[in-house]
Amino acid sequence: MNLQVAGKSTFAYTAAHEVDGAKRTIVFMHGAGLDHSGWGLQSRYFGYHGFNVLALDLPAHGRSEGPALASIGDMADWVKKVLDEKKIKSATFVGHSMGSLVALEFAARYPEAAEKIALIGTAYPMKVGEAFLDAARRNDQAAYDMETIWGHAAQVPLAGNPNPGMWMYGDTLARLARLAPGVLHNDLNACNTYAGGMAAAAKVKCPVLFILGARDAMTPPRAAQDLIEAIVHSKTVTVAFSGHLLMAEAPDATLDALIGFVA
Amino acid sequence: MAGPKYPGFDTLALHAGQSPDPATGARAVPIYQTTSYVFRDAAHAASLFNMERAGHVYSRISNPTVAVLEERMAALEGGVGAIATASGQAALHLAVSTLMDAGSHIVASSALYGGSHNLLGYTLKRFGIETTFVSPRNPGDFRKAIKANTRLLFGETLGNPGLDVLDIPAVSKIAHEAGLPLLVDATFTTPWLMKPFELGADLLYHSATKFLGGHGIAIGGVLVDSGRFDWEKSGKFAQLTAPYAGFHNMDFEEESGTRAFLLRARREGLRDFGACMAPMTAFQILQGIETLHLRMPRHVESTRKIVGYLAGHAAVQSVMYPELEGHPDHKIAKQLLPRGCGAVFSFDIKGGREAGRKFIESLRVFSHLANVGDAKSLVIHPATTTHYRMSDDDLKKAGIGPGTVRLSVGLEDPEDLVADLERALKAAK
Repeated sequence: MNLQVAGKSTFAYTAAHEVDGAKRTIVFMHGAGLDHSGWGLQSRYFGYHGFNVLALDLPAHGRSEGPALASIGDMADWVKKVLDEKKIKSATFVGHSMGSLVALEFAARYPEAAEKIALIGTAYPMKVGEAFLDAARRNDQAAYDMETIWGHAAQVPLAGNPNPGMWMYGDTLARLARLAPGVLHNDLNACNTYAGGMAAAAKVKCPVLFILGARDAMTPPRAAQDLIEAIVHSKTVTVAFSGHLLMAEAPDATLDALIGFVA
Repeated sequence: MAGPKYPGFDTLALHAGQSPDPATGARAVPIYQTTSYVFRDAAHAASLFNMERAGHVYSRISNPTVAVLEERMAALEGGVGAIATASGQAALHLAVSTLMDAGSHIVASSALYGGSHNLLGYTLKRFGIETTFVSPRNPGDFRKAIKANTRLLFGETLGNPGLDVLDIPAVSKIAHEAGLPLLVDATFTTPWLMKPFELGADLLYHSATKFLGGHGIAIGGVLVDSGRFDWEKSGKFAQLTAPYAGFHNMDFEEESGTRAFLLRARREGLRDFGACMAPMTAFQILQGIETLHLRMPRHVESTRKIVGYLAGHAAVQSVMYPELEGHPDHKIAKQLLPRGCGAVFSFDIKGGREAGRKFIESLRVFSHLANVGDAKSLVIHPATTTHYRMSDDDLKKAGIGPGTVRLSVGLEDPEDLVADLERALKAAK
């Protein structure tokens, strides 16, 4: 579905369904440099099981017009505009990595609009190494390689993909290759400079689920510990063999955790 | 600071796509000789059918053993994924049928395997898909042949049998400027000699029957997608970017972005045309791939010895191998194929058709048969076999003369191969 948000063309995957005011809504938000297609299996499931689904392409990602938004706060405000545009008063927000910070900040800024939030592959602070940032700043291929290799569990390049016939590294690299120059750096910088995590955590009253990959090299489970402790009513699911890209590496475990949380 | 490293080619050739079997601990790839897979419950079945969960439903669409081969080839080529098919020809047909309908047009190199030439020039024509053949040695001809309804540019990395080296960077640039993808047949080069995606190709396929298997015991193909071609931006591929009634009104590009082509190829192409690979075949080809990085250097090394021998022989009119300075593609070969130009090449024997016949019938180690890329050395006379159906004019365009003999150099002792050739050349005089 294409819509206009703040005068810019914006894309949201809806699993081929129209938004229905009588249904609950789930908003999916992708991580740095990625797009809606990373939620393929999970978003499709909910779209065909009685929910409105909006798997967003953030500005300058996937099919959405740029420019990219520079901060997590700007992204949270932009998501609110998407909801307003579709006349959706509240929704469940599922965010991965950078998208998880957007979900957290959104729930703090717009508590009445956040029914539940699921934070996948998250950490706070979400610090990004200087070498990674610098390579992304220069639009160097090394940045895409770092995102690809650190973004998956170590066994991924040699192990079987749950999605038959596909190679996860190749898919991530191909998606990153479609990014406009500067977008990956923008996203990494937004994660790196986000300073509102603990303040947001203190404000969040809605149900919160953490879904973490035990083999995540980018946001290892210990890096989410401060947030988990700050949100005392949260629940955590740790997926044993997954790295950072849980939706691709452990699609069923991720979906099952979301079904249990959202239902 | 040194960045993280990808696994090397040799490691991927042995491991990519497979971890020890979770059910049994089996280290080797198990042969899942099953047509179908038990659903956990009705909801699980519905989720698999509606692509809400990953997994296998029916082995025409996907199979765990075949999936290992597909993922391994995608890893070796640097693609997003792959689909293994019943043969290399099935892979070509799957690519074409996924991308176009009746009324579409292909621009293809004229230096193609005879079966591919036949498919494009005659068989697909019956179904409304036309092809214009152009010389692979003049990339500008590809541009000139593009029409409003063109949907694909196509060539072989090394043309059959003259070893025309396709200038992939130049042809892919022409394709992309026209909003079109470039498909290459990479059978003769394998990912060990060339990585077509790194040079600009968008799609590639192999006859896995050849060097990938290497043992001459299994027929198969594999189609690999780079995931780099932007179908939406091109605007020419409604097959991938508009709702398709044949598959629940799915917009494949919207659904899966970089995976759109393979999604339709698998969910429509394998489902409806059904040219899938059997699990035993996938297992056999995987055994070959595990030693590809060891076999290819030896293939090339022996080929160089034999090319050198034949090039200096009085009974030989000419040798067509791009590493020879006199080959028209010598310069581009050095650029695109630094590891070597493969192990299949042709030469013209003096004395024409009759000398060729005597030569082939006098060989003892080389086997006279219609295949290439085997561990055993092979020989054939294209004008009377693989390219039999082509007109004299088309034969000439493909660089084939009446005395052209094609060799596929295997892994025997190179001295024995030279001795065999010596004996046969003497007999052919």
